[in-house]
Amino acid sequence: MNELVFFINNVVISGSVSGSIYAIGAIGVTLIFSIMRFAHFAHADMMTFGAFMVLLLTTAFPAAGASLGVPTAVLMLPLAMLLTASLAVGIDKIFYKPLRAHGVKPIVLVIGSLGVTLILQGLIRLFSGTGGQSLYVDDRKEIFRLALPFEGARAPIVVTEPQIYLFVITIVAVVALHLFLNRSRLGKAMRAMSDNPELAQASGINTNTIVAVTWMIAGALAAIAGTLLSLDVTFKPDLSFFLLLPIFAAAIVGGVGHPYGAIAGGFVVGFAETLAVFNWNVLLRPFSDSLPAWLELPSNLAFVGTEYKIVVPFFILVAILVWRPTGLFKGKVI
Amino acid sequence: MPSTTRPLIDARDVHGGYGGMNILNGINMTLEADEVGVIVGPNGAGKSTMLKAVFGLLHVNQGEILLNGQPIQNLPPNQLVQRGMGFVPQEKNVFPSLSVQENLEMGAFLKPQNVKRMLAQIYEFFPPLYEKRRQPAGELSGGQRQMVAMGRALMAEPSLLLLDEPTAGLSPLYMNEIFDRVKQINAAGVGILMVEQNAKQALAIADKGFVLAAGQNRFTDTGAALLADPDVAKSFLGG
Repeated sequence: MNELVFFINNVVISGSVSGSIYAIGAIGVTLIFSIMRFAHFAHADMMTFGAFMVLLLTTAFPAAGASLGVPTAVLMLPLAMLLTASLAVGIDKIFYKPLRAHGVKPIVLVIGSLGVTLILQGLIRLFSGTGGQSLYVDDRKEIFRLALPFEGARAPIVVTEPQIYLFVITIVAVVALHLFLNRSRLGKAMRAMSDNPELAQASGINTNTIVAVTWMIAGALAAIAGTLLSLDVTFKPDLSFFLLLPIFAAAIVGGVGHPYGAIAGGFVVGFAETLAVFNWNVLLRPFSDSLPAWLELPSNLAFVGTEYKIVVPFFILVAILVWRPTGLFKGKVI
Repeated sequence: MPSTTRPLIDARDVHGGYGGMNILNGINMTLEADEVGVIVGPNGAGKSTMLKAVFGLLHVNQGEILLNGQPIQNLPPNQLVQRGMGFVPQEKNVFPSLSVQENLEMGAFLKPQNVKRMLAQIYEFFPPLYEKRRQPAGELSGGQRQMVAMGRALMAEPSLLLLDEPTAGLSPLYMNEIFDRVKQINAAGVGILMVEQNAKQALAIADKGFVLAAGQNRFTDTGAALLADPDVAKSFLGG
């Protein structure tokens, strides 16, 4: 029973945490690709920017959340989403739009986005410093320990407050996006433009508006992912940057240009990572008596060491590109 | 008797092409409201190119195009939709992953208040589309796709509908159906300018026919007169 609790804490919860963050990041990447047809590598730093905005706002008004009973950082999230959405629209106006107007190949935009990554990361570092800072400035991070009502269950299931916010906000964001894409006039126009940009234009859809809306959604989602990630651990200027690979892996695994695929891909990559570093010895140990005597369980039975976690998305990425390059949901091939 | 109203479309000496190379070398075309105009001619004559020039998809280097007397050359397509033009391209003429109904809704993007009323009209006009309204348009047959494409363009209630080879690749059965629909749309007061490979059938329903060759007008007359003209028949209609 305690082994099961260990499994829930280390795989189910932690896989859902990374999965949610990858999913929200990957939706942004996939939406940008489906409308503008390029891989936006500065996406992770837009996440960092969102978290940094929350940090600034929380430092400025540390006690704002206490009266409402929520962490100040969560209260500041909508404002940070707005700021990050504006940043995304601004970056597009200054850097990507002039390139598109020249009719450049997608790879030029990709390289341009690498430049934007360096600019953003440098600017954030300049103001935030390089160290880690908690987004819990004036409030305390609650940790919930749920004891299981079973005999012999000594260890509780441990969930932290930011993880609960993460799950709730992820579900809300995904449902909101689904309704937007399928029910609203602009959302349908976005899907139309992703399907056939020339025909969208011929239908009278203003493609500039759709591009701006796409950046706003991607920016707002990036702020959510970055903030919730920094809440779960601590804010660091390069924290999100290291998620760039798993996020792109998630988008490609799901099928590029397919928002639901991005969600599935995020959870596939998130769970694959946690399952790969999980020490299976813990689950097998109770059965060690029934195993043949010559088979001795090594004390560490993880597929890869935690320090090699980053190879897991690489491996999934290669496997998907070899066996199913369109991804799980039949997306476009980058 | 001289007409006091301005023609629906009046193209004068249109030159244009892609990247500096002219494909159109001075084309003239006049179409009154309520008329069907058909553009025919050999491959590479500039038929589709002319249609694209009218819809702002191609740069006009010289000459002018007037819609109800207003110059419209080189305006972006979304402004032309606003001014009452609808365009049905030959290929890629639907949004494949959107449902039939969503495809139609996109046609009324600029007139969202019309959606309900127009949807009812389009479904009445193309009954098969009503049955398939929830199906992705990419799963439909060629003829049904053409209906979706025409329906989408009609959703904005255009005064001029541009059709680029609406019967290309369709079975004779669907071909006749599409020609019938074009006649009906025109009877409802919509001007039609279409490019067609099936020249004889198209000219039979044309008020005006434009035979192009090498980016210039070769013959311009009523559809019936062109069909009866032995020169046209010999060189362009296969004898």
